[in-house]
Amino acid sequence: MAGAVSNLGRRSANITDAVSEPFLVRWGLIAVALIFLALFLVIPLIAVFKEAFSKGVEVYFASIREPDAWAAVKLTLLAAAIAVPLNVIFGISAAWAITKFRFRGKQVLITLIDLPFAVSPVVAGLIYVLLFGTKGWLGPWLGEHDIKIIFAVPGIVLATIFVTFPFVARELIPLMEEQGTSYEEAALTLGASGWQTFWKVTLPSIKWGLLYGIILCNARAMGEFGAVSVVSGHIRGQTNTLPLHIEILYNEYQFAAAFAAASLLAGLALVTLAVKSFLEWQHVRDREKAARAAAQQE
Amino acid sequence: MRSIRKPSVIPGFGLSLGFAAFYASLIVFIPLAALFAKSFTLTWDEFWKTVLHPQAIASYKLSLGASFIGACINLVFGFIVAWVLVRYQFFGKKVVDALVDLPFALPTAVAGIALTTLYAPQGWIGQFLSPLGIKVAYAPLGVVVALTFIGLPFVVRTVQPVLEELEKEIEEAAASLGAGRWATFRRILFPALLPALLTGFALAFARAVGEYGSVVFISGNMPYKTEITPLLIVTKLEQYNYAGAAALAVVLLTFSFVLLLLINILQHWSSKRAGG
Repeated sequence: MAGAVSNLGRRSANITDAVSEPFLVRWGLIAVALIFLALFLVIPLIAVFKEAFSKGVEVYFASIREPDAWAAVKLTLLAAAIAVPLNVIFGISAAWAITKFRFRGKQVLITLIDLPFAVSPVVAGLIYVLLFGTKGWLGPWLGEHDIKIIFAVPGIVLATIFVTFPFVARELIPLMEEQGTSYEEAALTLGASGWQTFWKVTLPSIKWGLLYGIILCNARAMGEFGAVSVVSGHIRGQTNTLPLHIEILYNEYQFAAAFAAASLLAGLALVTLAVKSFLEWQHVRDREKAARAAAQQE
Repeated sequence: MRSIRKPSVIPGFGLSLGFAAFYASLIVFIPLAALFAKSFTLTWDEFWKTVLHPQAIASYKLSLGASFIGACINLVFGFIVAWVLVRYQFFGKKVVDALVDLPFALPTAVAGIALTTLYAPQGWIGQFLSPLGIKVAYAPLGVVVALTFIGLPFVVRTVQPVLEELEKEIEEAAASLGAGRWATFRRILFPALLPALLTGFALAFARAVGEYGSVVFISGNMPYKTEITPLLIVTKLEQYNYAGAAALAVVLLTFSFVLLLLINILQHWSSKRAGG
């Protein structure tokens, strides 16, 4: 018995040798990969926190508690609180229409969903300035009715919606495509209403993918700089989001304060990555469970 | 509705498509159409004078050149990172894997100030480079560094799944037929991975061309030298030259759309290759 086991072990080791690289090449490649990632990812991340605390803990907390910083945090949260839910509703509707039905013009809708990823953030801001700015298409009308969109909060929300527009839809479409329509059809045949089918059949099966889309959408919404910068007007305490607040402090050479604000967003990024990894792990686990259940039934 | 869709028992077609189409038009389609309309308010001559102005040409060269170099760096190192993550075991691999997405999650302004601080002449990395006469921050090289950071996850994330799906049996067959490791890589693995590599490259390139936040801090923004096209658009906007900004935006958008088309063709090729 023991002989058989060790023989088996030796044989698989030989095959592994033949389809893997020599020891030195292997560790050489690992070293190159890790040095590259350390240089471009880890060191900048460490630098953010080190610079944030460079003038001590008191300066750090003072720069976070400062009223303009607070106003920026609040505006950032507000923009994300509006943009993310709207894009979630859009993402679910678009994915439902695209994956459950066949219709003419589907490809056009899919292309439209992808577009914001191809548009420079600066251009994303610019299009709303051209539409709603004082010299834009609707500018005179808005001026008459005393509605301010550009250099005000609505513009910031619009620009945030635009740059985060594809995230949820892009995550849900391939997932729902793969799941097909058979479960929904079964539920409907058994007498469930359309909404019941959605809440009890579709939603549970897409929940990890949906959360994944939401977390990425939220990270981008809170961190967007270019598009928001173009429409904001940079009015302190009023139209500054956290990324814009960082820029102003940095350009005023208040480095410790700038990095203190930046450390909040870097912390958000790390939390996002952790949640994202957790969701990926959940998704794989659910999928394996489903595969095992299917295998048992056969 | 019946006429444009195939019949189905599933409800909600009108509601879901109606809302999706309405929202997409409102947020994406109409504003983009307004941009093109605005650029048409210029005469043909004015349009070309704006987009072919020497300052604009210099900005295209920097934006495209730095994006291209950044994407090339990511092509090589992203491939190595993907390879190492799929094929080898080492301590902390899961954390490294999660960290690859940092450029997607970290706001670009934060990346911009962090990279600038590191590569400034007195910075952690800059202090070793400046005695050698290498200037990174406030120079074109700084733009390359920022754009490499921004595009880092793309090649890794497009190559990784394809590499995971590749069947070991093919490599084993090649090895048992006497192929060396390098020959197997060159003639079997590399051709199978090529579409994914090119897709990742194109995605990184496309993202870098439009990037603004991380570059404005590190580049120094000197006209003709370290001014990228998105920054030039912002400059025109701040001078209330809306039509000029729109004209440059149309150039940038046209370029992005061509890349998007190319990426779609690549992905189509890639999925066909995987299926066959």
